[in-house]
Amino acid sequence: MSERLTVLKTYKLYVGGKFPRSESGRVYEVSDSKGKWLANAPLSSRKDARDAVVAARKAFGGWAGATAYNRGQVLYRVAEMLEGRRDQFVREVADAEGLSKSKAAAVVDAAIDRWVWYAGWTDKIGQVVGGANPVAGPFFNLSTPEPTGVVAVLAPQESSFLGLVSVIAPVIATGNTAVVIASETSPLPALSLGEVLATSDVPGGVVNVLSGRTAEIAAPLAAHQDVNAIDLTGADADLARDLEIAAADNLKRVRRPQAVDTDWTTDPGTDRLTSFLETKTVWHPTGSLGASGSSY
Amino acid sequence: MTFEYAPAPESRSVVDIAPSYGLFIDGEFAEAADGKVFKTVSPSTEEVLSEIAQAGEADVDRAVKAARKAFEKWSALPGAERAKYLFRIARIIQERSRELAVLETLDNGKPIKETRDADLPLVAAHFFYYAGWADKLGHAGFGPNPAPLGVAGQVIPWNFPLLMLAWKIAPALATGNTVVLKPAETTPLSALFFADICRQAGLPKGVVNILPGYGDAGAALTAHPDVNKVAFTGSTAVGKAIARQVAGTGKKVTLELGGKGANIVFDDAPVDQAVEGIVTGIFFNQGQVCCAGSRLLVQESVADEVLDALKRRLTTLRLGDPLDKNTDIGAINSAEQLARIKTLADTGEAEGAERWSAPCELPDSGYWFAPTLFTNVTQAHTIARDEIFGPVLSVLTFRTPEEAVAKANNTQYGLSAGIWTEKGSRILSVANKLRAGVVWANTFNKFDPTSPFGGYKESGHGREGGRHGLEAYLDV
Repeated sequence: MSERLTVLKTYKLYVGGKFPRSESGRVYEVSDSKGKWLANAPLSSRKDARDAVVAARKAFGGWAGATAYNRGQVLYRVAEMLEGRRDQFVREVADAEGLSKSKAAAVVDAAIDRWVWYAGWTDKIGQVVGGANPVAGPFFNLSTPEPTGVVAVLAPQESSFLGLVSVIAPVIATGNTAVVIASETSPLPALSLGEVLATSDVPGGVVNVLSGRTAEIAAPLAAHQDVNAIDLTGADADLARDLEIAAADNLKRVRRPQAVDTDWTTDPGTDRLTSFLETKTVWHPTGSLGASGSSY
Repeated sequence: MTFEYAPAPESRSVVDIAPSYGLFIDGEFAEAADGKVFKTVSPSTEEVLSEIAQAGEADVDRAVKAARKAFEKWSALPGAERAKYLFRIARIIQERSRELAVLETLDNGKPIKETRDADLPLVAAHFFYYAGWADKLGHAGFGPNPAPLGVAGQVIPWNFPLLMLAWKIAPALATGNTVVLKPAETTPLSALFFADICRQAGLPKGVVNILPGYGDAGAALTAHPDVNKVAFTGSTAVGKAIARQVAGTGKKVTLELGGKGANIVFDDAPVDQAVEGIVTGIFFNQGQVCCAGSRLLVQESVADEVLDALKRRLTTLRLGDPLDKNTDIGAINSAEQLARIKTLADTGEAEGAERWSAPCELPDSGYWFAPTLFTNVTQAHTIARDEIFGPVLSVLTFRTPEEAVAKANNTQYGLSAGIWTEKGSRILSVANKLRAGVVWANTFNKFDPTSPFGGYKESGHGREGGRHGLEAYLDV
């Protein structure tokens, strides 16, 4: 009896809750750390990037408008679904990053735990960074954090899964929607994450995952007038500078890459949560009666 | 019955303006390296007030070096000591507030009523507020030991010269940074008087440096490689240029830029209060306010009533001598700004909007523009999209709250908005949906040092004021 031939997976993009191939019809070869062919990944085009922005914008109102409690549940659901597919991700991360099974397992566990961590943040960040301001006058005013909008995320190049999760989860935890460019050489865990997100109650369009050449896809995103912020973590210094210049055109919020490589296993803090928040301050008179007798 | 007002001028003898001023670098007044000077005039009379040294690139470099040198000691001071300097400055501002109010009115053209009752109290309050943070930074939520950035290069506009100085300098010093500040070329005087306040307060040399000058000096300052933090308040176009300039550098940047604020009046709004709020929203400081409520969105069913009341109210506004305590509307800051307002108002007419101006006599000298409103304005009109930065209100109507929100958000800006309604749930739901950094409900143009201020979208990056305002000056 001959040995069973395994079924290979056709990796696809994740855009607007669907799994399109690149509209360009292009793919590129993805191999493991030893050069062995793993799969053909979609080579996204500029049009794919623009389509993803449209999907992210469409999803923004509903996601930003959902309660923080609801968003927390959805993020936790991602962790649940990932836990069930742990073995798959351990295999993919081991292949992508050349890690041993046990090291890859630790990375995947950390990534799952990170979703849980951010799930807990959704309904707390408002209390931590917002609040009532003690104004010197008969007014009540309240500062509340709100999502910036559509965030383009250049995922880290090296940490194909833990790094990826660490840059996506804070963006969507606070109500933004994301267009994510996966690690250029190791995009497969990101594309598989799309399959998890699709079955995790995350509304279509909230996270959109593109694979391909980071510089090629990032350029139209940085210049896009309907993108509100860009996270340049996955860009090298030259690319980051060019993209930041393009982003100035509509004054996008820019998160610059770290000068030193980030250790994704450490406590992330609230930094990435607040990077993509606006602060809105709402004033109202308290009705104190002034000398004029006016109640406004 | 018409009331006649006797003139009630504030005395200008409380302020002693020297015939010339230098740049303030490293605790000393100095000539510009290339000897250049410019004149500052009173916008209400075109009288030359003083001759000012004009900073160039060499002066910027010298000031940054002085600030760099001062940073070492200033940042190492215990927070409690820095706090005391800031408290001293706040107290001296209070003591000299009458002098500074008159000075600001002379140099800027805004009514004494506003400099005396709005600008100066807020200027002192900002220094008091941030003084208290200087020894409490570990409690601000940015980690236990947040560090200052270094030298802050700050460029401020002419609409609130001393207030913008306070917004920039108070948090910078409280957090341990040193400062090089460029005031606008049309309003350099109050910043130079502030230099004297720094002297009186005994502030160490080089901690605050003031460089009056033009845009080229501002550009040289924000581009200087030894500046760690750039803070700019001004036009969106310049803000974008700065954002490009700092790309790829380690400089932290905050930008407070333009706006096209929507002031939304619902049919259940208290009309008299709403009219006062509309007037405050667009005619405060001659409309030269980035967060002005320059687009009035009024519910169709009450549009006629509100407009009638508004026009009636505008006819009672008194335009004229800014030093007169009865004056509501002062002079436009410069001939250049007046020309820009005129051009945009003419464009409004040319595009078919209907123009109405309050009937008031304009003085013969100086730069003046009567309070003006446009009706029959659509969202496509230039005057509904571009920031005019003058006393010009564009009136649009709406039928449903959804339409009001859609129209309010239909702009590349996102700085301010107003809501007028008696219904609490409507205030909250509309405020939630507006993409603006400051929302005033049943009030407008209120400011306080404890409250974060800043924009969404192309109105800029970051917040000034409150705990949030510290972040811009800390390495977090």
